[in-house]
Amino acid sequence: MNLFLQQLINGLNVGSIYALIAIGYTMVYGIIKLINFAHGEIMMFGAYFAFIAITSLQMPVWVVLILTMAIMAVVGVVIEFVAYRPLRNAPRLSALITAIGVSLFLQNLALIIFKPQPKVMPKIFPEMMIHIGGIDISSTTVITIVLSLIFMVLLDLFIRKTKQGRAMRAVSEDKDAAILMGINVNRTISLTFALGSALGALGGILFSVAYIQVYPTMGVMPGLKAFIAAVLGGIGIVPGAMLGGFIIGMVETMTKAYLSTTWADAIVFGILIIVLLFKPTGILGKNTREKV
Amino acid sequence: MKKRIFSVLLVGMFVVSLFTFAGCSSSGTDENTIKLGFIGPKTGDAAIYGTSAEAGAMLAVDEINANGGINDKQIELIAYDTKADQTEAVNAYNRLRDQDGIVALIGGTLSGETLAMKDIMLQDNMPVLTPTATAVDVTVDAPNVFRACFLDDYQGEAAANFAVDSLGSKTAALLIGVGNPYSEGVSAAFEKAFVAKGGSILGTESYGMTDKDFSAQLTKIKDLNPEVIFVPDYVQTVGPILQKAKEMGITATFVGADGWDGVQVEYADAAQGNYFTNHYAADSPSETVQNFIKAYEVANDSVPNSFSALGYDAVYTMAAAIETAGSTEADAIITALGSTEHLGVTGNLKFDANGDPKDKEVTIIKIDGGELKFETLVVNN
Repeated sequence: MNLFLQQLINGLNVGSIYALIAIGYTMVYGIIKLINFAHGEIMMFGAYFAFIAITSLQMPVWVVLILTMAIMAVVGVVIEFVAYRPLRNAPRLSALITAIGVSLFLQNLALIIFKPQPKVMPKIFPEMMIHIGGIDISSTTVITIVLSLIFMVLLDLFIRKTKQGRAMRAVSEDKDAAILMGINVNRTISLTFALGSALGALGGILFSVAYIQVYPTMGVMPGLKAFIAAVLGGIGIVPGAMLGGFIIGMVETMTKAYLSTTWADAIVFGILIIVLLFKPTGILGKNTREKV
Repeated sequence: MKKRIFSVLLVGMFVVSLFTFAGCSSSGTDENTIKLGFIGPKTGDAAIYGTSAEAGAMLAVDEINANGGINDKQIELIAYDTKADQTEAVNAYNRLRDQDGIVALIGGTLSGETLAMKDIMLQDNMPVLTPTATAVDVTVDAPNVFRACFLDDYQGEAAANFAVDSLGSKTAALLIGVGNPYSEGVSAAFEKAFVAKGGSILGTESYGMTDKDFSAQLTKIKDLNPEVIFVPDYVQTVGPILQKAKEMGITATFVGADGWDGVQVEYADAAQGNYFTNHYAADSPSETVQNFIKAYEVANDSVPNSFSALGYDAVYTMAAAIETAGSTEADAIITALGSTEHLGVTGNLKFDANGDPKDKEVTIIKIDGGELKFETLVVNN
């Protein structure tokens, strides 16, 4: 039983990171119907930026977190402005291919700037073991889960309670009607990219702290899994992405723990196929549901 | 049109081959040098292995030449880059044989490239001593191919012997990289030897090539509470595993293999107090080792690794064989190699019937305070 609880925590840990990254995919999809494949690279650059801020500039942890999220938010907005905005009215396939192009561009840019050898992320959170009942939880795990949850709740409040959040929901539901209502669509889309990228960067930092390495292709696998999480939960729906992220993290960990490690990825990807076969809109996907 | 291109190509090839043969005959007349070939990756992802092995080999050549060469002849080492590509390796070998007229080969550096060249080398009856190719097949059914490093299963066995005899452990768990022949091979040998010595393997966990999250596997291993956890893999994978294990409060001793070399650089904290098998120890009290390290640092402005040490030993061993043979005839060198014994940096090298090292010492290294410390020597029997 203790072993199972321990694995449950492991699953929550991985899942919360996937959930953070999945939110970025789902928000962007919700508002401009684009699968932003460069999102995994935003996460990677976030991790690199944090690495530099900590090792070379020696900033305190909280400054690093906030600064990295702010800078990656700007990067996300710039990417949207340069690569996606000119294609706003082009066929969706063109935008999708552009997104793949941006992803490859950023990956190779990182290869040139940072070289392929993994960098070792220093331990930025205080290290200790917490004993609850019969299980041990490391402080990094607790901080990862708590931080993710805090930011997810904040995002949810933002979308539901603020005027900007309402604008985002309006644009995602009907762009033209939103324009008629006097909503600045361009600014709303930029805001969406900024929020999604900031959460992606946080996911990148937490990922690199949990697995202690930073390298140019680190965004690929988590990005892919977060994308699956977004689809699983119902792409375009923020709570769906969170749910999807936790499910994927849990499935992955439990498969490794109780079935076989070699099957873990196959099962995760298999879930995507099955969900798409039986419920193309995802777990929380309903036609009447509000999209953000 | 197609036909014409084809005939032009044919003529071109003919002309090229003329030049090649001309080159062969001219170099063959040079009687005052003994030409040795070296093959390994000098550029690309695996460049570190080729350049290190070559630097070690080159140091040995310079030392031998400074001491009068072999039977009054100077050695010339001709090195070609394979870019870790098997086709490049075969091309490089053909060039060494035809154009440069080498009498023996030090190489290839990687198992893959050596296996790719094996059939041609066998046909040519070329005396070959690979410093670092660990794949079992390299020397099988090839009387002319020898190797200086111990094999993967040999060091797996040595690690098990060390775990039982020196650490006094009775229980172990394995953590293996699936789809990585190195990790799988070494752990299989470890398991066999550990069980044969009366120990018990409590569990075997595995991870995939692209896995970064080891928490599920380590949680299970922690629950089994073994005395030793055997993780044979390369630094980039071992580092995060050790880090995670430390974070989770796992107190068992980790043991690894030569892929751990370098773990002290970036993962010193996590690797503290753990052991791995290696080819030599930089802090070994042996005079041969210390002289080698000093000379290498002067020549290359960098610290030698196992690949440099093995490249160095391979050249000395080959030189000893050529000296004994008293000629540069392939058969004479091969026969002499078979009975050569050389006490080098990586231990005492002599060959079994297969051309593999026989009873070679495996060095056990302890990671202590961010440094690799010599722990003990293990000889399997």
